[in-house]
Amino acid sequence: MGTRLYGLRDGDMSIGDKLGQINWLLVVFISIIAVVGFIMLYSAGGGNTEPWAMRHAVRFGIALVFMLGFAVIDLRFWFQQAYTIYAIILILLAAVDLIGMIGMGAQRWLDFGVFIVQPSELMKLAVILALARYFHSMPIEDLRNRPLSLIVPIVLVLVPVALVIKQPDLGTAVMILCGATAMMFLAGVRWWKFIVIIIAGCAAIPLAWQFLHDYQKERVLTFLDPERDPLGRGYHILQSKIALGAGGVFGKGYLQGSQSHLNFLPEKQTDFVFTMLGEEMGLLGGLGLIFLYVLVIAYGYSIALRCRHHFGRLLAIGVSTTFFLYMFVNMAMVTGLIPVVGVPLPLVSYGGTAMLTVMLGFGLVLSVNIHRDIYIGRRGDRGDW
Amino acid sequence: MKKSDRSRDRIFTRRAAILGLVQGSMVGVLAGRLYFLQVHEADRYATLAEENRINIRLLPPARGRILDQYGTAIALNRQTYKVMLVPEQTMDAKETFAALSQLISVNENDRRRIAREIGRRRAFVPITIRDDLSWDEVASIELNAPELPGIIIDAGQSRFYPQGSTAAHVLGYVSIVAEGEQTGDPLLELPDFRVGKNGVERRYDKIMRGKAGTSEVEVNALGRVVRELHRHEGGAGNDIVLTLDIELQKFVMGRLPSEGAAAVVLDIHSGEVLSMASTPSYDPNRFSNGIAVNEWQELISDPRTPLVNKAIHGQYAPGSTFKIIVALAALEAGMQLDFTATCPGYKEIGGSRFHCWKHDGHGEIDLYRAMAGSCDVFFYELGLKIGVDRMAAMARRLGLGSLLGIDLPGEASGFVPTREWKRSVLNQPWWQGDTLITSIGQGAVLGTPLQLAMMAARVANGGKAITPHVMREIRDGTTVVQSISSPNTLVSHLGISRESLDVVMKAMNGVVNEPGGTAYGSRITMPGFSMAGKTGTSQVRRITAAEREAGIKTNDELPWAQRDHAVFVAFGPVTQPRYACAVVVEHGGSGAKVAAPIARDILLELQKRDILRHNATPVAVGAG
Repeated sequence: MGTRLYGLRDGDMSIGDKLGQINWLLVVFISIIAVVGFIMLYSAGGGNTEPWAMRHAVRFGIALVFMLGFAVIDLRFWFQQAYTIYAIILILLAAVDLIGMIGMGAQRWLDFGVFIVQPSELMKLAVILALARYFHSMPIEDLRNRPLSLIVPIVLVLVPVALVIKQPDLGTAVMILCGATAMMFLAGVRWWKFIVIIIAGCAAIPLAWQFLHDYQKERVLTFLDPERDPLGRGYHILQSKIALGAGGVFGKGYLQGSQSHLNFLPEKQTDFVFTMLGEEMGLLGGLGLIFLYVLVIAYGYSIALRCRHHFGRLLAIGVSTTFFLYMFVNMAMVTGLIPVVGVPLPLVSYGGTAMLTVMLGFGLVLSVNIHRDIYIGRRGDRGDW
Repeated sequence: MKKSDRSRDRIFTRRAAILGLVQGSMVGVLAGRLYFLQVHEADRYATLAEENRINIRLLPPARGRILDQYGTAIALNRQTYKVMLVPEQTMDAKETFAALSQLISVNENDRRRIAREIGRRRAFVPITIRDDLSWDEVASIELNAPELPGIIIDAGQSRFYPQGSTAAHVLGYVSIVAEGEQTGDPLLELPDFRVGKNGVERRYDKIMRGKAGTSEVEVNALGRVVRELHRHEGGAGNDIVLTLDIELQKFVMGRLPSEGAAAVVLDIHSGEVLSMASTPSYDPNRFSNGIAVNEWQELISDPRTPLVNKAIHGQYAPGSTFKIIVALAALEAGMQLDFTATCPGYKEIGGSRFHCWKHDGHGEIDLYRAMAGSCDVFFYELGLKIGVDRMAAMARRLGLGSLLGIDLPGEASGFVPTREWKRSVLNQPWWQGDTLITSIGQGAVLGTPLQLAMMAARVANGGKAITPHVMREIRDGTTVVQSISSPNTLVSHLGISRESLDVVMKAMNGVVNEPGGTAYGSRITMPGFSMAGKTGTSQVRRITAAEREAGIKTNDELPWAQRDHAVFVAFGPVTQPRYACAVVVEHGGSGAKVAAPIARDILLELQKRDILRHNATPVAVGAG
């Protein structure tokens, strides 16, 4: 079974049928967001396709091919390989952590040429896959009446979270945790269990604090209170707010953002790209981009609701929620709602990592849409409804 | 479809709706935030961004001062002025520069650098023309200011050592932050920032550094400061109060020959370093504003190593001063005071002759007379009786052979040889001859001047294991933040008997104050003052048998670099001693002739100053 190419020799649908089933409107919206990214990176480069905009476009093109490729693969393949994929990525995550610890040039990435992917990014998808499979296979009575059934998913989430925190990459850890919590919520875990876990988590914080080194404590404190570091993160946020405010309703005009172009704005091509958009295109531009994101997320939801099997539904909303978290955390960060944690704006920020994660994720969502009516048994077995 | 699957579907649909609602409302919050920033607050931010932009600048803190124990500032900050040129504010940058060159001198290197920078830098970035202007130069530029548009004078601070080279080795110096010293602290990245590179400046750098302030300024589109919005004053660094007495230090430096010498003066009860001198010295002020390459080369290549603190880094054979240790080791091993040896002028062992410095010998001699006359043969015999390992153990107890832990960088550990060392490191057996040369402080044994002073101090204070230190307290303004004090009760005892110490102290008194003592010529004759000590001569080369037959050359006949080092250790006054001192004069010749008079003058000066101070301010003792 392992070497069989699902979808291609499946017999249920030809590859042409599958391509016809792809929700092309969703692909178009995703592409529009990527084009917005190209436009902003052109501006960030000072009105030049170098050094960022062109590479962004190339990466998007490659990622698009990956996305469509993922879309036509039979969903049952992803179901059956969910734990294997999770295990492989967990090993990679542990391995880079180990190598990074030894200090051989702090290798934290896997280099695919145009894409440099951190295993911690791929872990976001792997956790969603693994949880979707687990909850698919678990009868709802067991889930609701046997608290021990939650041990496996909690371990599935906490092990990679712990590894990612160690890197240390708090932003990614928080995103994995939030995404997983949303999946458990959708799966039907009882309300009071979330409340118990939240209380237990809060109680564990002082305990964990004891184990941190002084420099780690300092880092956490600066994270919570950027004013401790007036020339670092506090400065970035102040400049970001000024840029947004100066943009006003209509913006200063494309390529006219003085904050951004005089380099008052840090990281304008990555984490703070939304600030530049807000400065140059104003409130309307910002709301327009948010609307595009909302459309994509809404498509994810509608695909989930139309899907007949639990695995596909959980997968589609899991990916959509991760996408939402990227967008929300990034925008909340640059508008000064939450501390700066270094999360990029998906499809717009320069950088291959988040783009590939998001595109592969939506490849899975498209696959859910194509395979929305197939039967997946508790153990992934085939059959009819 | 099974019933449970239907219930799962229902839950899923409901919860997906809830999750969608939560995410939708979060998007609402984002939109609201954008509305707040871009519509409600837009005017405020627009003015900030349009005309002026906020820039945060670091205000370098004033570096803490270094004071001597009486509060005299020996390292402080001086206002300095530098002149800069802002090309965009001039009619013609090159012309303005030419006009300025009429008023102040600018050397050829700077001229070339400035010409290059005028073309390359952005027009609003100031170009430094010259640092460290004199007051007259500042005045003449200010006077001609109307004809010099775009010329600005910038006031800064630089480190200043009013005593120049007097205590350079203790103080160290400050200089530009090196690449490897960057810690990510933005303060260290300021181009004018200086960090301690040696001595106290380095050891207590963080304490004196202080905390940077910040100034939030509005900067216009060209980057020029328009006005200051907020100012958060940083904290000046803490002051360091040293144990040094700078007046005494000056006196000691004045007495040391400039060819290469070191002296250390200790308070024997507290371990405070009252003076630490090393010659030749250098002027630490030359480093404060960046030392010129040729000056640096000159310091580095000088064979007399002016940059090295010989008092803690120089290692010398202790010579006959080591007899203090041999005598103590023998007394502790049970030697009786009636023990005598006969000195025919040499000792023969295994077919080799080991000579006494006195060719015709001392005859039959006891410990007191052997110390006073520095008889080598007597100590050869003692050494053979007790063995090298006992000597080594005693040497270690008195501070030789390991780091004393003084709060200065660059301390050397000296060396004390043992049987075990020779077998494991040199892979040779220990010969009796080795014991002989060790017992007169030659051969492999090495000590720093600080260790030699410590040896005398630990004998004179009754065997207390004091630790040397140069920092007395840390002050924030007038408040004492931290104070180093070593009350007698806290210092552990070395476990040497009072009787043995008294014998050795009495013998050291004999060296100086009894006719026939090797340092009798250097005794303190002024009534009410006194010292005791031990002479030593540290051999730089071996005297061959052929040379001995041809008649040993006196030091004066040898080239400078082959002459012996003169050594003297002392304490004073003889009864109820308070101070210990070691003097090493590199290639100075005999300890008795060269080093002892210097030590005498230092100890006499110390005791005189005690009396003077006591009469002047009788209550000022407890200040520290």
